Amino acid sequence: MYFGLSEDQTMLQDSVGRFLETASELELVRGFAEGDAALASNLQHGLMELGVPLVLVPEEYGGLGMGVLEAALIQEAMGRHVAPTSFTAAYAMAVIGLREAGSEQQKSDWLGQIAGGQTLMGVGVTEAIGGREGAGLTLDGDKLSGRASFVLGADLATHFMLTTGAELVIVARDATGLSETALTTIDKTRNVLNLDLDGVACEVLHGDGKTGVARMIDVGRVLLAADSLGAANMMLEKAVDYSKDREQFNRPIGSFQAVKHMCAEMAAKLEPCRSLVWYAAYAQDHVDDEAALVSCLAKSHLAEVGKYIARTSTEVHGGMGFTDLLGLHYWFKRIGANRQLLGGPEAVREEAAKLQGWA
Amino acid sequence: MDLNFTAEYQDFRAEVRGFLDAHKHEAPKMSNAGLRGKKRLKWQRILLEHGYAARTLPKQYGGFGAAPDALKQRIIAEEFSRAKVPGGLSGQGINMLVPTLLELGTEEQKQAYIAKTLSGEMIWCQGYSEPGAGSDLAALRTSAVVDGDDFVINGQKIWTSTANQADMIFCLVRTEPDAPKHHGISYLLFSMDTPGIEVRPLMTMTGRAEFNEVFFTDVRVPTSQIVGERGEGWMVANATLTHERGMLGDPDAALSRLQSIAEIMQNEHVDGKSLMDNAVYRDRLVALEAEVYAMKFNGMRLTTATSAKKSAGMAGMIVKLQGCELNHRLAELAIDVMGEYGILFEDSPFLRDDGMWQTLYMFDLGLIIGGGSAQIQKNIISERGLGMPREPKVNKA
Ligand SMILES: Cc1cc2nc3c(=O)[nH]c(=O)nc-3n(C[C@H](O)[C@H](O)[C@H](O)COP(=O)(O)OP(=O)(O)OC[C@H]3O[C@@H](n4cnc5c(N)ncnc54)[C@H](O)[C@@H]3O)c2cc1C
Repeated sequence: MYFGLSEDQTMLQDSVGRFLETASELELVRGFAEGDAALASNLQHGLMELGVPLVLVPEEYGGLGMGVLEAALIQEAMGRHVAPTSFTAAYAMAVIGLREAGSEQQKSDWLGQIAGGQTLMGVGVTEAIGGREGAGLTLDGDKLSGRASFVLGADLATHFMLTTGAELVIVARDATGLSETALTTIDKTRNVLNLDLDGVACEVLHGDGKTGVARMIDVGRVLLAADSLGAANMMLEKAVDYSKDREQFNRPIGSFQAVKHMCAEMAAKLEPCRSLVWYAAYAQDHVDDEAALVSCLAKSHLAEVGKYIARTSTEVHGGMGFTDLLGLHYWFKRIGANRQLLGGPEAVREEAAKLQGWA
Repeated sequence: MDLNFTAEYQDFRAEVRGFLDAHKHEAPKMSNAGLRGKKRLKWQRILLEHGYAARTLPKQYGGFGAAPDALKQRIIAEEFSRAKVPGGLSGQGINMLVPTLLELGTEEQKQAYIAKTLSGEMIWCQGYSEPGAGSDLAALRTSAVVDGDDFVINGQKIWTSTANQADMIFCLVRTEPDAPKHHGISYLLFSMDTPGIEVRPLMTMTGRAEFNEVFFTDVRVPTSQIVGERGEGWMVANATLTHERGMLGDPDAALSRLQSIAEIMQNEHVDGKSLMDNAVYRDRLVALEAEVYAMKFNGMRLTTATSAKKSAGMAGMIVKLQGCELNHRLAELAIDVMGEYGILFEDSPFLRDDGMWQTLYMFDLGLIIGGGSAQIQKNIISERGLGMPREPKVNKA
């Protein structure tokens, strides 16, 4: 038994981290948040050159054939740098959907195109978790109608992978009958939108769509947890650094015990989260009977710890933490969005209870 | 990451299971109560013989002499916990004194004390805290003055667990009153039967006398009973404190508490409805479950680090704080779900689980305070773990 990262995994995460440190530096993220869309495609381009987006695409379709743990390590680095990427949706959830529910032909078509960079899929599975505002999709022959809300990974999407609950379907972004409504959220580092469909032509995946969606959600939750882990870790580091620099009453505020204890509590809550995320990611490929449960536990726990760290780190920064100038709020909001997406903590815990026959 | 066990470890697990199947009937009940119970001592003898207690300690001192292997240790803990069979004896002698003697004791001291301690024959108490020296342990004042071949000890200890049952004490005393406070302390071993020692049990909130006051009046202890050099007791004690923190905050305990609470919630009914049907309690249970899993995996990460002889850094530093806190919150949930029945205590009719949850809820608070309080843990995490500046020193005029 070896519970930890291999050298290759550490190197993978470091190399993505090093790339993002400059490619996704705060000023660029700020530009993106204020409407300069170029960052998303620059990042996409750079990441493709590194080859990392294709971790979950099997080798026979031109990918790297790695596991969800590697994907989580990449997503953690993205959370750390609040990087505007579509990785979770386009390269993890959509790929998992195809792997689970695509026929041989569909896999080789679509995964091949994803690996080749011609296709990038946004993902809409919100209604498989809980529908509001009457949203939901129905299929009539090969025509899809209804609404998919909070579609993820839409920035550079050429297609969308959506669900009726029972089936997984792919629609082209430029299909007739499909209209988009951009949603404005607190998190300006990733865009989400609603899709309204009126008899849109689609391709239905031939396999078991229901299982496919469930697996997509499991993996998506693990990656959102990993994203929050990275973002929260950065917020803790920023708080500690700031507390060593900032002086009040002729001493660094980090020498005040109240401040030290806030930081110690953040560290004590966060450190076990790392092991939880590693295990949850590893389980997706290696521990079938626990995969769904630990995904729920990681998602809901990181939602709680992330929120705690987001507010505590902000407090350690005093008024500066509250400003736009410092940009700490990009992390705060990213963590806030991760908490609600793909199921808030109470909803996800209820699923965990059901999985154990407790509800 | 590879959570599969190689054939060697699978065989080892089978061996442990085989042992448990064969000997389970000889095991005492789970609780650690009755330090001198015949059944416990016999069980300890069986465990020592088969290498399930004191596994890696040298044979010549009564151990089993196996090479250190954190994974095997883990497997033993898992299998014993699964079988609901208590592992080897624990306590301040076995967990704190023995490792300290192995590291810093003389050959005579090792010969005299280790084997008897491991077998459970010799029970120790830890004489560190004093009325004026708790978190600031180095402020201790109990004095030891050399007179001929003896130290003569005067002073008082407090919160001394099991002092009323102990044969021996490992005790911090001030031998160098003029040296700076951390450099004037020595670490002594002596019998609790030495003339001049008076033990007064202190009743705790749990209703039991879990600790004691210990008074020393002209207690004579041969100077050879020192561990380490004169004035080095602080360093010796710190070696021991690391071992104490290692035994608090155990993730296996949290996991088995969680399972028991889930059972209570499934079996207890209010107006005919199972407590598990109450969404609020259920949500609290699953929220705690996530934390228990996080600590369990954190423990696995520590096992891997220990096997590789690497420091696990922050992952190790947070265990006492997080683990004790988590256990406490588990007990809290168990009490809450039981409603009015949660306050039943001692020998009340309708008592659930022998009243264990209230006792745990109180006792856990003791563990949060003892062995370096939660606040002291946070000082350590922030200063040593995160590199934050130390508190400025206050000089009393
Ligand atoms: C169940 C139990 C068993 C024990 N068994 C033993 C034993 O066998 N042998 C033994 O020697 N001792 C034992 N102790 C004593 C234990 O080690 C002390 O209680 C502990 O170190 C705290 O000291 P104190 O009680 O004097 O509290 P204090 O040090 O007075 O602390 C009171 C409060 O002040 C806080 N505080 C103190 N200093 C600081 C600081 N620098 N920064 C922030 N906050 C601070 C503490 O966190 C606490 O909240 C036991 C205690 C308990 C509860």
